Amino acid sequence: MASTGDLEPTHYPARRAATVALHYLNTHHGSPFRVFGLQQVHKASAEDVAAGGRKYKLDFSVTDWASGSEGPALRCSADVLFPQTERHSGPEVQLRCEALQQINRTAQEEHAFYQRYISPDSAVSARDIPDSYGNVSEEMQPFWRLARVAASFIMLRESSERTEFNMAQVASVAQQGSSEEQLMLEFVVLLHDFPSQEIIQWKLLASWSPDRGVRVLQTEWQPRCPHATKPPN
Amino acid sequence: MRLYLAVFALLAAVHCEELFNGTDQVLRINAESKNHIQILKKLERDVDSGLDFWTHAVSTEQPVDIRVPHSRLYALKDFLKKNNIPFTVIINNVQELLVREREEMVRNAEVERQTKSFNFAAYHDLETIYKFMDTLVASHSNLISKVNIGSTFEDRPMYVLKFSTGGEKRPAIWIDAGMHAREWISHATAVWLADRIATDFKKNRAPVPSILSKMDIYLLIVANPDGYVFTHLSFSPINRFWRKNRSATSSRKCNGVDLNRNWDAEFGGPGASDDPCAEYYRGPFAQSEFEVKNIAKFITSHSNFKSFMTLHSYMQLLMYPYGYIGIDALDWPELHDVATKAKIALYSLHGTVYKVGSIFHKIDQANGASLDWAYLRGIKYSFAFDLRDTGEYGFLLPADQIVPTAKETWFALKYLMKYVCDHPY
Repeated sequence: MASTGDLEPTHYPARRAATVALHYLNTHHGSPFRVFGLQQVHKASAEDVAAGGRKYKLDFSVTDWASGSEGPALRCSADVLFPQTERHSGPEVQLRCEALQQINRTAQEEHAFYQRYISPDSAVSARDIPDSYGNVSEEMQPFWRLARVAASFIMLRESSERTEFNMAQVASVAQQGSSEEQLMLEFVVLLHDFPSQEIIQWKLLASWSPDRGVRVLQTEWQPRCPHATKPPN
Repeated sequence: MRLYLAVFALLAAVHCEELFNGTDQVLRINAESKNHIQILKKLERDVDSGLDFWTHAVSTEQPVDIRVPHSRLYALKDFLKKNNIPFTVIINNVQELLVREREEMVRNAEVERQTKSFNFAAYHDLETIYKFMDTLVASHSNLISKVNIGSTFEDRPMYVLKFSTGGEKRPAIWIDAGMHAREWISHATAVWLADRIATDFKKNRAPVPSILSKMDIYLLIVANPDGYVFTHLSFSPINRFWRKNRSATSSRKCNGVDLNRNWDAEFGGPGASDDPCAEYYRGPFAQSEFEVKNIAKFITSHSNFKSFMTLHSYMQLLMYPYGYIGIDALDWPELHDVATKAKIALYSLHGTVYKVGSIFHKIDQANGASLDWAYLRGIKYSFAFDLRDTGEYGFLLPADQIVPTAKETWFALKYLMKYVCDHPY
């Protein structure tokens, strides 16, 4: 029986809803040089809504993982609506974060990164980011973050009150030919769902440029056992 | 009342330019009246205050701990003084200790670098860890012995390090790591801890000698050797992200049981899966798995364990029972208070923030969990750690975080072990 009214902010229902808001934030504001992580939920409440489904109101803080431990915390508030489960549609999020527009220090790095890889000869490809020992090379860091931003589109779409997704690893990245001045990258990402502890594999095609940000063009769930035919629920 | 809050907000705003310099502090508030409690409750509800209440303002019996960002410190202290609410700065006291500890660590590090060849800041395979254990036992044979508590499904030995200064089945503390194969930081932390306990004893560093004068410590560094070996077989995700043990199941295409759902503690509820392909598959029946049976038999036949602690990752949580149900354990007030203080000790080293709560509330319902088993058997001081981080690297925590993680965990464990030692039952 899900709790309604004020929620304990450090318990998992609030944290799961905040994670959904986090994925939404990353799809809109993530970049090769900016990826947000959840720092803390300050306040949370939930209520049933008329059309079925549940709506969470959240007050939480995030930090930019790209800034390391030096970065400031950003304060956000969000409404997260989980529709009725029979509808099989992803959650709807409304989000406001303070001072988001002020965090624009990464424009120069983004342009340098873009210039380096938009050339027709560029054909980046790599596996296992991070590797088994947690290593991510300097060159792969922006691709790692891009993968997480792109994966956030999937994590957002696949989320429910019973999931809590995180990207565990980039299994592979393969640059495709650029299109319409967008970097085109094919990723295979491994998602970790905290409640079920499952590792779920997705292949996706994403585009990025400093102007247009990240777009996810195709996604394909990858079965891990050869016999499985549909995604776990 | 509102005037006071407004004054506080104003003072906070005035000092806002100090946003990101200096360090946070943890204040312990000792409310003396219902009025104080009301003021603190209002403060806690004010989300713009930026304060992180680690314990809620409930009654004058319990201190209220608040982590205060540096930028709000002056304003809050001023506010508390104006309202005559007594408080102490916990972290500053610990910081003094910390500075001294750090200085000593730096002094020792150079000596240790010359004498030790084992690299604690790296992940090692099972064979290397087992060799390390033998070396440790040989170097501290007056303190440590190795106990073989039984074999795994694939017939590997399970070794527990026993730290004891003598006596006959003294009250004991149990620590295990590596129950879930992919959580490499837990094995790595346990390796460091083994060495640290031995060194602290040898160098007569409190509180280890006094704890070991009254209690024994049992440390199982690799609770799931088969699984751990499997995670090293290749870089493929199927290996590196393996969680369970490696036992055969009723399914031909999937194997392995989640060792932390196989315990005889409300086994069979919804907080585990009956699907052999699931990551949290509970197994065919409680204690069906050799690894679980070996530990359970050992602890039960010893019959004098006073504390049970288990290391996992990730999420930065410090948890107590129950996992199987959402009601508070009978010892909840004490367990919560002890865990909160341990979390503060952990935080004092590198500013790593852990959240404290029951497994049920922090993660989800869990049936057949080791922590519930221990607690239901009467081992009151039962705690589970989910170590670093909160998702950036997750299971793939970089090796340069091993020693910082182990050190901060040690701060928490020292507090917990000392508490257990000081509170016999």
